[in-house]
Amino acid sequence: MTLSLGTKKAIDVGIYIFLMFMGAVSILVTAAIIWVLLVDTINFFTHPDGGGFPSSLIRFFTEREWTPTFYDKKIGIWPLINGTFMIAGISVLVAIPLGLAVAIYLSEYASWKVRESVKPWLDFLEAVPTVVYGYFALLFITPFLQKFFSLFGIEMEGMNALSPGIVIGVMILPFMASMVEDSLKGVPQYLREASYSLGASKLRTALFVVLPAAKSGILSAYLLGFSRAIGETMVVAVAAGMYPQITANPLEPVQTITGYIVQVALGDLPFNSFEYLSIFAVGMVLFIITLIFNSIAVYLKSKTVGY
Amino acid sequence: MELQERLREFDIQSYTKGVRLRDKAFEIVGAIATLLVLTFLFAVSVDLLIDGWVRIKDPNFYKSFPSRFPEEAGILSAWVGTLYVMSGAIFWAVILGIPAGIYLEEYGGKGKISRIIEANISNLAAVPSIVYGLLALGVFVYRFKFGESILTAGLTLGLLMLPVVVVATRESIRRIPRSIREAAYALGATRWETLFHHILPYSAGGILTGLIIAASRAIGETAPLITIGALTFIAFLPPAPWQDFIGMLKSPFTALPIQMFNWISRPQEAFHTNAAAAGFVLLVLAFLMNSIAFYLRFKVRRKYQW
Repeated sequence: MTLSLGTKKAIDVGIYIFLMFMGAVSILVTAAIIWVLLVDTINFFTHPDGGGFPSSLIRFFTEREWTPTFYDKKIGIWPLINGTFMIAGISVLVAIPLGLAVAIYLSEYASWKVRESVKPWLDFLEAVPTVVYGYFALLFITPFLQKFFSLFGIEMEGMNALSPGIVIGVMILPFMASMVEDSLKGVPQYLREASYSLGASKLRTALFVVLPAAKSGILSAYLLGFSRAIGETMVVAVAAGMYPQITANPLEPVQTITGYIVQVALGDLPFNSFEYLSIFAVGMVLFIITLIFNSIAVYLKSKTVGY
Repeated sequence: MELQERLREFDIQSYTKGVRLRDKAFEIVGAIATLLVLTFLFAVSVDLLIDGWVRIKDPNFYKSFPSRFPEEAGILSAWVGTLYVMSGAIFWAVILGIPAGIYLEEYGGKGKISRIIEANISNLAAVPSIVYGLLALGVFVYRFKFGESILTAGLTLGLLMLPVVVVATRESIRRIPRSIREAAYALGATRWETLFHHILPYSAGGILTGLIIAASRAIGETAPLITIGALTFIAFLPPAPWQDFIGMLKSPFTALPIQMFNWISRPQEAFHTNAAAAGFVLLVLAFLMNSIAFYLRFKVRRKYQW
């Protein structure tokens, strides 16, 4: 098939416009997310059930209870923030040391063969459905921890923050470890060789030369991991309970922002009802929190020193 | 004087021994940590397999609808639903993701538009999946009036896959050396001819790998589907697409992860057995998809070595 030059040029322009349009769809998606969150958040704060604007906004940040689905509506966001950050905090306590050890081991110590056989499994770990992790947290980790704590006479509830926290920690670990490993890999070999030539051991080189050189990349990986833990839904919906409260005890049930959205979405929501709007308001909070962490992560990554 | 004294007393041998010991110790710690993570994966799979074995080996489990009686309940509507939803998701991810990736890599250059799109896609990749669910609920379900349907679910998961597909497309295109393009241009090919005759065929393997990986993540996504209001009790199948395509798109649905979540939330233990079996099926699906992707990546690396 031979086309005239003019047709070819026309096709060229047509395809260019098509591709650019498809690229722009991603912007449309972001715009739609922000728009829908914004509109329904505004509707939430002006809804009569919440007391109307601006008193609803003040209540949102000053009340200490979260019960928008009850007859007596309290709309203080803090119990959900408390649950969200407690679980995410526990998960990074698990993921940071383990992830760092795994990343340093894979990047600095492991032979090529070990690395190549471990990495596909770490990739697969990322694809394990989160609801499966939820099952594991509720019906394996929690009973196990309950037995463990009963040895010390401590009672642990069936729904708690600790067990989903641990499971989410392991869940975000492969993601974090592979990002950390990438930034360790990015450190040029001559820095390591300089260190070896001065007589430093592998461990010393890893901890005092490679780690500091890769620190902004590592921090960025941690922040992205933390942001993932905050947005994680199914594990907490299954294993953390549905009881929003302000507590520092990880053995008690809590509710996270995501857990609340799932709880409400499982019921039948009339469009634009107060309950319906409330999940967009907390969704907005979730979106802003993760956006802040991601932006810091991106900023840190861009600060990575080029060698 | 004192320094000399100290140097004489310094036992270099025991010092280096200590250094070596610590070095070895850390290597072992790292290996154990890695092993621990892999053990965790192993524990999850074995736990599901043991808990769900009674139902996994029961052929009726795959052929029956959900039921009030745990022994009779099955995942027929769930896996059929997953099949439909994933087909939709892959369709949208291909339609939107691959062109976007091509644009950014081949046409975008360093212009302002492509920089904005790029930053935007990396932001989208980090948005929690439940926020996509809110987007779908607010826009597709209520404002576009698609309802709680297969169409909505496919679109939602497709958007969720989008960033991964775009990045995979870009990376596999980037691997094609400039000389290929220049050779095509030198022979008088236009940009789109170069694209369709060279760039796309050479990058197809890599793109496909990325697509499968994205799909393997999307297949287990539960949160966005719950948010758009996927039903958990569906005792019928959507109409076959070759009979009633629109009816299929508009049909309510359930999916494997939703069904599993529903069974976990029931208090009766017998339903937990079902949940474990459904979870194992999901795990096997994710594993198969990852294996295919792994194999493809290996093949592609072999085939094109520039």
